[in-house]
Amino acid sequence: MLAAAGLIARKDLAIEFRTRSAFLAALVFSLLAIVIFYFAWDATAVPASDLAPGVLWVIFTFSGVLGLHRSFGVEEADRAIDALIASPIDREAVFLGKALANLVFVLGVQAVAIPAVALFYNLPMGRVLGPLTLIAVLAAVGLVAVGTLFSAMAVNTRLAELLLPMLALPFFVPIVLPAAQSTARLLAGRPVAEAMSWLRILIAFDIVFVVACALAFPFTLED
Amino acid sequence: MAVRELSFSVRDGECLALFGPNGAGKTTLLRVLAGLLRPTGGTARIAGVPIPGGAAARAVVGLISHQSMLYSALTARENVEFAARLYGVTAPADAAMRALEKLRIAERAESAVRSLSRGMQQRVSIARAIVHDPRVVLLDEPYTGLDEGGAAALTDALQSLKTAGAALVLVTHHLGEGLALASHTAIMRDGRFVQHAARGGVDVESYRDQYRQAVRS
Amino acid sequence: MTAPPPPAAHRDRFDWLLTVAVLAVAGTMVRAIAFTPIEANQGAAQKIFYIHAPSAFVGLYIAFGLVAVAGALYLWLRDERLDRIAASSAEVGVVFTTVVLITGPIWGKPIWGTWWTWDARLTLTLFLWFVYLGYLILRGAIDDASVRARYSAVLGVLGALLVPFIHLSVYLFRTLHPMPIVLKPSSPSLPPEMLTTFFLALASFTLLFVALLRARYRLATVLDALVDEEAAEPSSMGTLRAEPLR
Repeated sequence: MLAAAGLIARKDLAIEFRTRSAFLAALVFSLLAIVIFYFAWDATAVPASDLAPGVLWVIFTFSGVLGLHRSFGVEEADRAIDALIASPIDREAVFLGKALANLVFVLGVQAVAIPAVALFYNLPMGRVLGPLTLIAVLAAVGLVAVGTLFSAMAVNTRLAELLLPMLALPFFVPIVLPAAQSTARLLAGRPVAEAMSWLRILIAFDIVFVVACALAFPFTLED
Repeated sequence: MAVRELSFSVRDGECLALFGPNGAGKTTLLRVLAGLLRPTGGTARIAGVPIPGGAAARAVVGLISHQSMLYSALTARENVEFAARLYGVTAPADAAMRALEKLRIAERAESAVRSLSRGMQQRVSIARAIVHDPRVVLLDEPYTGLDEGGAAALTDALQSLKTAGAALVLVTHHLGEGLALASHTAIMRDGRFVQHAARGGVDVESYRDQYRQAVRS
Repeated sequence: MTAPPPPAAHRDRFDWLLTVAVLAVAGTMVRAIAFTPIEANQGAAQKIFYIHAPSAFVGLYIAFGLVAVAGALYLWLRDERLDRIAASSAEVGVVFTTVVLITGPIWGKPIWGTWWTWDARLTLTLFLWFVYLGYLILRGAIDDASVRARYSAVLGVLGALLVPFIHLSVYLFRTLHPMPIVLKPSSPSLPPEMLTTFFLALASFTLLFVALLRARYRLATVLDALVDEEAAEPSSMGTLRAEPLR
């Protein structure tokens, strides 16, 4: 099953790489949003390092959602999804493969957005880079699990592009809150152990929802 | 309930041509056979494997519909090769090129699907469906939108599949093309077969009268 | 599967359950306003508690629980009645939840001095309200009945999974960010007369929920039957193109 998931992930990434439009759109959106937030929230009145975690994870959420729609959009366009389901591979492999591709997509955007935030907000990134990367990966896994499932559903509805963020955002709160809180603590120089209680929620969320969404995925396909 | 109490068999090398008005349940029947829909009751077997049979049943089936089921951003070869890998074909790249050659579209193998005409896309789609040498090929109105060249290539490909021993179920509105390939025919209405016969030398005109009779009653 | 024909008798029959439920709620409110002591610290504003708390219990636990459980059962049994129950429960539940969100601030302003507080329960209510809305909008955006039922069920079950995480997040947030102590409304340290009124309110609101659910469910059955009738009209005869045999 992992091999099949890998095959699908590679296919999705090949498609995305061929056009690049969604990735670039998400990237540009992130950078623009960072700049707008910077000017909207006066960083002289409130220390930049207090604002930065919020900015970082809000942008993470919205740019993450942006890229999700295309995941099943390509399958719906000419009903390529039928060919996938009619083939011998497991339905869960389809979910895993698409989630993996989405994970690469989201982490790719974050690889640019996080340094950009650090740059604009003058954050001392050196010592927090390791833990911050871990938080980013954990948050991305959760976002991608829920987002992949909901985009599979949204693509079959009338309001697809509006519906996806509307359905998914309540589910992103247990991701964004722990991520922002732990980032804030790390940036304030607190020891990693203090952020652990937040990270535990994030890890628990990831485990529960990766499993739940993988199990729920077959129900979103015609049966 | 879209399909009820059907009973038929198609042997290797045979082709069942399935006609019927819209909404008769033909597409539903094919989707059940392809493993896309779960039947609420009854039994069916594909190449000896019972349905719903999971991966084993799906592995021997090729599905062609009027939607291309292709990824328009990828090339023809990439699409067919992806399908070959999905079905676990050995040497997927070679199998993909062979399938494209069979459909006489190998020269466009490196073109992105979105740059191909509808007829050429359909040929790539057929290559995708047969790359794993399926024992059963299900075709849902494959002639839709094909020009003469495309229709001819399709008929040739299907004939060679029949000769190679595959069983075909062909749903089509093109009476002539359907009858040309069919070893037996059926007319479906409201989820049932209202006529089911070995073809035996029926010509298009008299069949058309039969058809009108069958759906009018 | 077609829906059974709507029970003809019910279409015009007086909905006695709903009437009784409404009277029960009204009676309890009268008791709450006129016959229950005024709470010492909060004053008359505390009386909103008798609407707020039962609505929360019904809207969050009963209604949403039913949406999730009926949805899960639907995914297992594929009985469209279960989907109708889930959808009806969601519609009725969102009403009760809206009442919670409105009465919360009305209660809170005179007592806490603010319209809104990120109290754990109120925050959870807000999120479930969003999930309810998402559920109803999702249903509205799908035409195919079986797709709609499946997708709603998935959303309902996942929504139920979300609840503990929201709880945890808000709890952790509040313990690490101390906020003004909020009077806890449902503590059993209520004096006996208030407790009685509270339980009466709880019972009558639950009765109201059941009555509304039943009414909504019946309406859904009738509507589904109508849709099935329309779909079953004889289809037009298909045309057959014949081309010369090659």
